[in-house]
Amino acid sequence: MNAALAKLFAKPWLWSFVGAFVVWLAAILFTGGYGAGGMVTAALALAVFTVIVGVGQMFVITLGPGNVDLSLPANIGLASAVAMKVMNGDDSLIAIGLLAALGCGLAIGIANYLLIWALRIPPIIATLSASFIIQSIDISYGRGLQIKPPPGFADFTNAQVFGVPILAILTILFTAGSAIALQRTIYGRSVLAIGQNIRAARLAGVKVAWTRFVTYALCGTLGGLNGALLAGYFRGANVDIGNEYLLASIAVVVIGGTSVAGGKANVPGIWGAALFLVLLLTMLNTFGVSAGVRLVMTGLIIVLVITAAGGEKAAR
Amino acid sequence: MAGGTSLNIVKLEGVEKHFGAVRALDGVDFSIDQGECVGLVGHNGAGKSTLMNVLAGTLAPGAGRLVINGEEQRDYSPTRAKALGVRCVFQELSLCPNLTVAENARVFHAALTGLNWRKKAGRLILDKLDEIFPGHGVNPGDLIQDLSIGRRQMIEVARAFTATDEPVRLVILDEPTSSLDAHTAGQLLSFVRRVVAEGVSCVLISHLLGEILGNSDRIVVMRDGKAVASGQAKAFDREKLMAAMGGAEERKKKAAAASLAAARRGETPVCVRARPAGQKSEAQVVARQGEIIGLAGLAGHGQTDLLLDIFAAASRKQPGVEVTAPVALVAGDRQSDGVFPQWSILENIGVRSLRNLRDGLLISRRREEKLAEFWRDKIGIRTPDLSNNILSLSGGNQQKALFARALGSDARIILMDDPMRGVDVGTKLEVYDLIREEARAGRTFLWYTTETEELQNCDHVYIFRNGAIVADLARDALSEEKVIESSFEAG
Amino acid sequence: MTASALAARAAAPDVRRFKIRRILRALLPAFSLALVIAAIAYLNPRAISYFGFNLMLNLAIPIALATIAQMFVIAGNDLDLSIGSFVGFVGCVAATWLRDQPLIGGLTLVGCVLAYAALGALVYLRNLPSIVVTLGMSFVWQGLAILLLPKPGGRAPDWLLSFMSFKPPLVPFPIVAAILIALVAHIGLMRSSYGAILRGSGGNAAAISRAGWSLFKAKVVLFGLTGFFGVLSGLALIGITTSADANIGNGYTLLSIAGVILGGGEFVGGRVSPIGAVIGALTLAMAASPLLTFMRIPPDWQVAANGAILIIVLAARVLISQRGAER
Repeated sequence: MNAALAKLFAKPWLWSFVGAFVVWLAAILFTGGYGAGGMVTAALALAVFTVIVGVGQMFVITLGPGNVDLSLPANIGLASAVAMKVMNGDDSLIAIGLLAALGCGLAIGIANYLLIWALRIPPIIATLSASFIIQSIDISYGRGLQIKPPPGFADFTNAQVFGVPILAILTILFTAGSAIALQRTIYGRSVLAIGQNIRAARLAGVKVAWTRFVTYALCGTLGGLNGALLAGYFRGANVDIGNEYLLASIAVVVIGGTSVAGGKANVPGIWGAALFLVLLLTMLNTFGVSAGVRLVMTGLIIVLVITAAGGEKAAR
Repeated sequence: MAGGTSLNIVKLEGVEKHFGAVRALDGVDFSIDQGECVGLVGHNGAGKSTLMNVLAGTLAPGAGRLVINGEEQRDYSPTRAKALGVRCVFQELSLCPNLTVAENARVFHAALTGLNWRKKAGRLILDKLDEIFPGHGVNPGDLIQDLSIGRRQMIEVARAFTATDEPVRLVILDEPTSSLDAHTAGQLLSFVRRVVAEGVSCVLISHLLGEILGNSDRIVVMRDGKAVASGQAKAFDREKLMAAMGGAEERKKKAAAASLAAARRGETPVCVRARPAGQKSEAQVVARQGEIIGLAGLAGHGQTDLLLDIFAAASRKQPGVEVTAPVALVAGDRQSDGVFPQWSILENIGVRSLRNLRDGLLISRRREEKLAEFWRDKIGIRTPDLSNNILSLSGGNQQKALFARALGSDARIILMDDPMRGVDVGTKLEVYDLIREEARAGRTFLWYTTETEELQNCDHVYIFRNGAIVADLARDALSEEKVIESSFEAG
Repeated sequence: MTASALAARAAAPDVRRFKIRRILRALLPAFSLALVIAAIAYLNPRAISYFGFNLMLNLAIPIALATIAQMFVIAGNDLDLSIGSFVGFVGCVAATWLRDQPLIGGLTLVGCVLAYAALGALVYLRNLPSIVVTLGMSFVWQGLAILLLPKPGGRAPDWLLSFMSFKPPLVPFPIVAAILIALVAHIGLMRSSYGAILRGSGGNAAAISRAGWSLFKAKVVLFGLTGFFGVLSGLALIGITTSADANIGNGYTLLSIAGVILGGGEFVGGRVSPIGAVIGALTLAMAASPLLTFMRIPPDWQVAANGAILIIVLAARVLISQRGAER
């Protein structure tokens, strides 16, 4: 019993799935079972967006203390505008538009790393400065942008198979790939090694600079992808479309069992945490709780989770 | 021991301190009288610094009695030590780099408050600096981070002698002159003699035997966590001290090591040439294929820096360093340079060889396991399961895993940064055999060690002092006396 | 003695070079502010007037206070991602309870400061990453603000309104206030005897605890001060805008971090400068001021101006440091 408990405690990300299940149960108990399936569908559909940026943020945070990408919201906003403008409502331009959004995100990621590398400043302030500039570009570029996504793209982002959103299926495949990349590729191992001990990593022959570069570029690209998908799902680009993903991306990473001190990452936990947060909102909504209580609950849960998981050794 | 008439300040009886399997202190008896300067000498890792940390209250002893001013101390802490008048100047400096000189004095003295505390603190530290190091050139308003390491050490020393509401009875100086030039070191030592004459007690730790012999009343020699010799300073000279530090019985082990295949120096191709950054002469370290090259001397005299330069040269050109083959490094400071604490033994071993462990795009678990299992058996890593966390191993076995990481890789040159720190004797002997075997198979080793007896395994030894090579000994010319003589500056 | 005098003189240039470098770095914030003012004067000379400064620095006071709040946690090597929503929450309290039930409102604000101190205790005792804890708290403050004021509205107490619209002779109020804030924070953190301990805890925590000080207390005090200045920031903000909105402070988190860094602060090592931080806040406030709209800078690019200033200043700082490092 004790050993089983200890094992469970050793995998804090499991709690996020347990938590997601519990809040879902509570919600359907409240509604008397009504809408149980729909709730899961909606939760999966919304969780996708948090998971995509969560994976990018996870790789960044795993690089070690001080590593975090604050430019994600601005990145998502700009990419959503770029995608909509390039697609221009035309089904035949979907692929090009997606590529443009990815390219936009990639460019932002590379710019972030260049700032970190050239100015030798903490990533947090580099991505912050970048986000100010990206935000302005977005405001200027996306001014009065009323372009709807091409119908094919909007349908795709909203499509379901047996109540499971297609995007969710694709994202599950993507996260499975990320989990494998994390544990089974040189890149993934390098990220983990750097996060645990950057000095030891360098001395063990890990390519530190290259790995960090790839990580920021990857996170930027995922932000770009998320922007395009969000614009498709919500039928239009918007400067503020990415705003909630700054805190959400960090929150799912941490609740999902990734260590803020670096070197320990967990991909399935991101799904658990994203579902948990979305379902928590759903549950509180079905209870008829106000937006304020929802936020307070979310915040307190983040603090509780980190306190319970805390006591990690201070970063060197 | 010192005369029974003077007052005893500190008495340590049977003090022990263990770090995991390492016995840093193994039942030490030690005492200091009022107005006495005790010189403390011993090799790296003999336990001097640990003993002083116990005395300063920063480490709690595992066993033994601590008596200060005739009272046995139970809840001993840095605060308590300070109240009793025990001050310590640590080797790693304890100044706040972001504060000024005066502010650092304030940090040290809780009594420095009130509106003009800044002035009082500045006056206090400045007066002491003037007293110890006339012409020091330090202003109370200088930020510590702007000052040279030598000045920082001067401030640290001066601060330990300042007094407000707490008395100064005993000051421990752990290598106080390591960053001072000869002139300021002389100023400090004559000050120490003055305050000792006034009744303050001092413990002086130094690797400069001349300093110890010339300034102490009594000398205590430590080895392997024990105080092995003690007596009036007059009773010692350099040779006696070295004999006490070095230990005679270890010489017997030489014979065992003598069977190594004496590499034919000058026959195999050169694979490393490296000149230390601080070297003014043309001397350089040269390693030929299949050789075991020892880098000796006291800790922190440039050996590690040279290894890091060689390591860096393998991926990017470094001035003064030439390397012809892939390089791997075995870290000695396992926690900060070697071990990945979240990972299993398996992953810790495989990290240097990821490229060769791939099967297509992905790292093959099977190959990773095979590599680890091969080295577990070869090097004898004692664990029930290689997928256990690396920290589940004892220090010695962790070190073996780091050896396995380097030896299991494609590297032809292995750099070893004092890798046997805190490793038990059994492990050491196993690893020595392995190193010789690998060298016979054509691998080249550069081996920095602080343990003189380990040099018996080397074909050629370079001795370092102050960041430069000061002696270059072939295997036949190697002797313990030679190494100690070259490491310790005459003076 | 001649030898020692020689030694002192020989070592002097080294110290001097470091000092010059430090002074250059310390002057950088003021220099960037001067540059922004010069640019504005060039674009619109009429802006350099009592009225112009009042308008341009309209929101400088709350930004400066939030920056000082952020500076205290940064001095202890932590980061507060919740200061923006906290300022918003305080604003909501000010526009509702503080006007209608001053006692409850006042107690709530005191409670806020205590909550911050408690957060510091939690971060220290459990050795938590402050960035995540404050991230969670940002949801909490935001939620509380929405509960208190679901729709924008409310009204600041009259005393607060009249205080914030105070018009001193000759020098515009925001400038007077900024000087006052900088002085108070400077004396508190840089000149007081306990301030040295607080900064030392960020510089070399081991040394501070070795000298017998409580790191726990230092952390609690630093977080408490952050809460206190956060409360002042929220009050000042509502005194200017007259009514509140739960999202009113959201931009302040990133602005305050940027202000501290712009003012010469660093994330680790207890290296912060209250005066620099206030200057940094003024620079950011000016670069984003509504007055720019009337000039040739389109409003779209105001945020970018902040980012660009940050990058330029950081680049200049790297340049200065590199010069100093070339020995």
